[in-house]
Order: sequence, then C-alpha cells, then structure tokens
Amino acid sequence: MKSRSYLPYYFIAPAAIIIFGIALYPILHTFYISLHQINLKFPDLGMSFIWFENYIRLFRDVRAMGALLNTVFFTVSTVALELVFGMIIALLMDRALRFRGILRATVLIPWAMPTVVAAMLWRWMYNDQSGIINAMLVATGITSEYMQFLAEPVLAWTAVIVTEVWKTTPFMALLLLAGLQVIPREVYEASAIDGASKVRTFFTITLPLIRPVLLVALLFRTLDAFRVFDVIFVMTGGGPGNATESLSLYTYKTMFGALDFGYGSALSILTFACVVIISVFYIKFIGTKTR
Amino acid sequence: MIFPFVWQTVTSLKSPGEIFRVPPSIFPDELYIQNYKDVFTAGVPFHWYLRNSVIVAGLTTLICLIVGSFASYVLARFKFRGQALFLGLLLAVAMFPQVAIISPLFLFFRDIGLLNTYPGLILPYTTFALPLTIWILTSFFRELPVDLEDAALIDGCSPFQSFYRIIVPLAAPGMVTTAILVFIFAWNEFLFALIFNTANHMRTVTVGITMFPGLHEVPWGTIFAASTIITLPLVLMVLLLQKRIVQGLTAGSVKG
Repeated sequence: MKSRSYLPYYFIAPAAIIIFGIALYPILHTFYISLHQINLKFPDLGMSFIWFENYIRLFRDVRAMGALLNTVFFTVSTVALELVFGMIIALLMDRALRFRGILRATVLIPWAMPTVVAAMLWRWMYNDQSGIINAMLVATGITSEYMQFLAEPVLAWTAVIVTEVWKTTPFMALLLLAGLQVIPREVYEASAIDGASKVRTFFTITLPLIRPVLLVALLFRTLDAFRVFDVIFVMTGGGPGNATESLSLYTYKTMFGALDFGYGSALSILTFACVVIISVFYIKFIGTKTR
Repeated sequence: MIFPFVWQTVTSLKSPGEIFRVPPSIFPDELYIQNYKDVFTAGVPFHWYLRNSVIVAGLTTLICLIVGSFASYVLARFKFRGQALFLGLLLAVAMFPQVAIISPLFLFFRDIGLLNTYPGLILPYTTFALPLTIWILTSFFRELPVDLEDAALIDGCSPFQSFYRIIVPLAAPGMVTTAILVFIFAWNEFLFALIFNTANHMRTVTVGITMFPGLHEVPWGTIFAASTIITLPLVLMVLLLQKRIVQGLTAGSVKG
C-alpha cells in the first residue's frame, strides 16, 4: 500500500515522541551536563562550565580505566562462553525432537528470572560457610576446604561470570535454535551422503548458514553485557576493593554516592561511546560478510 | 539449568537454623512456612512493593501495546518517507545503555516531581520496551491478509477504523506474546527502579528484595521466600506460554 496522506506519521508519532523525549534528547543533555561541574552535595554552587575537564580527569582516573577494563573483560568472557554453551544447547534442542518442550521450558526459567533474584541466589550458593557450591566442591574432592568466593578477585570474577552466563545463555541458545530451524533438512542429508563428518558439516554448512542470526545474537548480547549492573551490584558491589567494578556501577556510585553529576555524566558518555563503537563494528561485519 | 531455581525454593522452606547448617541439607527437615509470613511482616512493606510492580509493569505493558501497535501497523502496511529513519531510531534505542541517560532524567524528573511516582518508571520502561514491541507486532501484522482491510476500506471504513476493528482483533495472539515479554522486562528492571523510586512505599519488588534487613545475618530464608513469590508468576507464564515467548523473542532477529 502506498500512502500519499499523512496517516503513517500520525500512527508513528506517539512512539517517536516518547523515544525522542526519553532517550535521544537526554543523551545530548548528558553530554551537556558532562561539560559542567555539578555536584548535588553543593546545590548552591549550581553548574559551572568547565569544557572537557571531566574527560581529562576520566583518562587520568585509574579507577575509571580499571572499570573500563573490567567491563571489557566481563563482556568478552561472558559472550564467548554464552556462544559456546548456547550453540551446544541449540544443537541439542534442534536434534532432540521429543524433549524439545521440556528443554525449552528448562532453558526459559533462568531467562525469565529477574537478574537481581538470580544474583541473590548465586551469592547465597557461593556463601563461604553454608553455600551449596562449597559443599559440593569439597564433597567431590575438587577443593579441600571452603573458599571465600566473593572475597578474592579471581574467584569473585569467576562467580560473577558463571552467574551471568547461566542467566543469559538461554537467550543465545533460543536465537541460535531459531536460526538452525530454518536450515532445510536436505542440506544435512546431502552433506551426509557426500561423506562429510559431523564436525565438518557444522563448520562448513551450519555455521555459514546461521551466520546472520549468530551476529545479531552476538550484537545484542555484547551490548547487554557491556552495560552490566545488576549482577555485580548484588553479588560483589564491585568488590573486593574495586576488582569487579563495572563502568555502569562506577557511574552509579559517582552520581548517587558522591553526587558528582558532572563527572558521572562523563562516565555515562564513555559507556555510550563504547556502545556506539561496538555497534558500528558489528553492523559493518554483518553488512559486508553476509552479501 | 534449573537447579538454582529449585535450590531457591528449597532454601525458602528451611528454618533459620537449618539454612546455616554445614553441609547444607538437600531436603528441609520440616516445611518452614514462617519465611513466607515473614516476607509480609518482617519490617519491610513487601505488599507495597508487589502492588507497585504490578501497577508499573501492567501499565507499561498496556501503553507499549497501544503506542506500539499504531507504529507497527504503518510499518507493516505502508511505505513512507522517513521509515528507514524511524527503524534506525528503534535499533538505536534497543542498543542504548540505560546508564547513559540517568543523569538528565534524574534531574528532569526531580524538577518536575516525577521521582517516586509511577509515571517516573513507566516512561523510561515504555521507551526501552518499544523497539521490541514494535518489532514483534510488525512481524505479526505482516502475516495478516491485506484483503480484509481492503474490503473494510471499500465498505467505507476509515484507515483508523479498519485498524482497530480488523487488525487489532486478528493480531490478538501477537499482542499476548508481546505483552508477556514487555511485562517480564518491566517486572525485572532494576537500575531505573533503584535510582528513581527511592521512597520505601514506591519501591518495586526487584529493589525491594535487596532491602530485607538482617539483625546479625542476612535473612536468606525470607529473601528466598520473597524471591520465589516474585519469580513464580514468571515461571508459570514461561511454562504455559513457552512457544509464544520463543516465537516473540526470535521474531525480530531471524530475518536479520
């Protein structure tokens, strides 16, 4: 249907106005605030324009750079693990016709749980005295004594990453499964007749065919992991020290702990800039290689 | 995969003494229901949190469906100038880090008195749920036959009438799918709820469960009783409507 009237514009106007008002305009405003000194602890001082001083401070701030590195580390490790586990689960679900319903329900439960609840739960399971994980590790002889998972940087990272991977692998698996299901069965049959091994079939046929879906899933998971807040806030609060502090968490603490909105906004813009870079990278990748 | 969920329920049924036993018992000695009573009486107004979450998530869902179905309808049926721009806008919001806009929104909401109100959460939730809503609904609307609307137009319906008399009822299954996904998103959201609604009587459940005070120890039994209460509706939805949920989740992504 081709329309010469203004009808489509009336229909999209409410959505466009909400998105513009609550997402697009505010991001410009965040940038504006980031060029000012503004601290809600001292409301009488108001806002003073200080050019890019907040950004200069940011690149000299060891804690901010640490948070950036932490976030990158968290994103890369969780997304890589989700990809591997998600692919395995998706392949299993694609084959297992009879149990697909049960598998799907099982996988959807971690997905549907609030992240905060999942993080609370895992924090309890990692408990250094009564946690089930310590009990199981000792019972199976993997470790000899109970460990303080959340008090040790490497262990705390492991704990947080395991929780995130458990919570978000289902999303990856379901998207990949949807991609697998549109591959015609004949393709596999043909490859089996030609004598290709299963591993070879996977890398030369399955993987290239689900590549578009795979990239979309990776893009969304990467961006989601990059803004991580809830899991770390609940499980470690960024500790021990600032070992597991993410950019979002540091931003939150700067704005609502120290009430430093100017610098907090500069940190927000840093997150935003990273997200833009990641998106551009992926979109280029999706655009060039699928053609 | 579901062991942690089972463990949550098991822990919620243990007495305080049993919870800290080493090594932990797999089955509770006795079903300790007191935790569930404590959720509503242990100094935290959990029933308020529940009410707030129901209102915020419910209204977010409703608004998203109304606003989203209008936009999806024209995206599915018309070609218009600026369409690509609008789609790009949606994609941008879907990728947006929420933390990037909390400073101006906080100051703005503070100045116009939207902190500690329902609209203060519903507005940002709607914004961030709209891309998903519109993608799913557009893919549903595209599958509906155009002939029916053409017939309605010939019979003298206005485009608006044909939209709400014909398209909307036909797309009901798609609406249900979308509603579940938006509801789960809004029910589970944490960051905005933590920042914008700090008054105790306006908190939502996700922020609420981090608020249970411990006298000496973290009251895990009560926390997991509360967790079970707020997770149960979601788990029921998942078990009953899993096919739809998966369909909705993957609607936008498979076509690329």
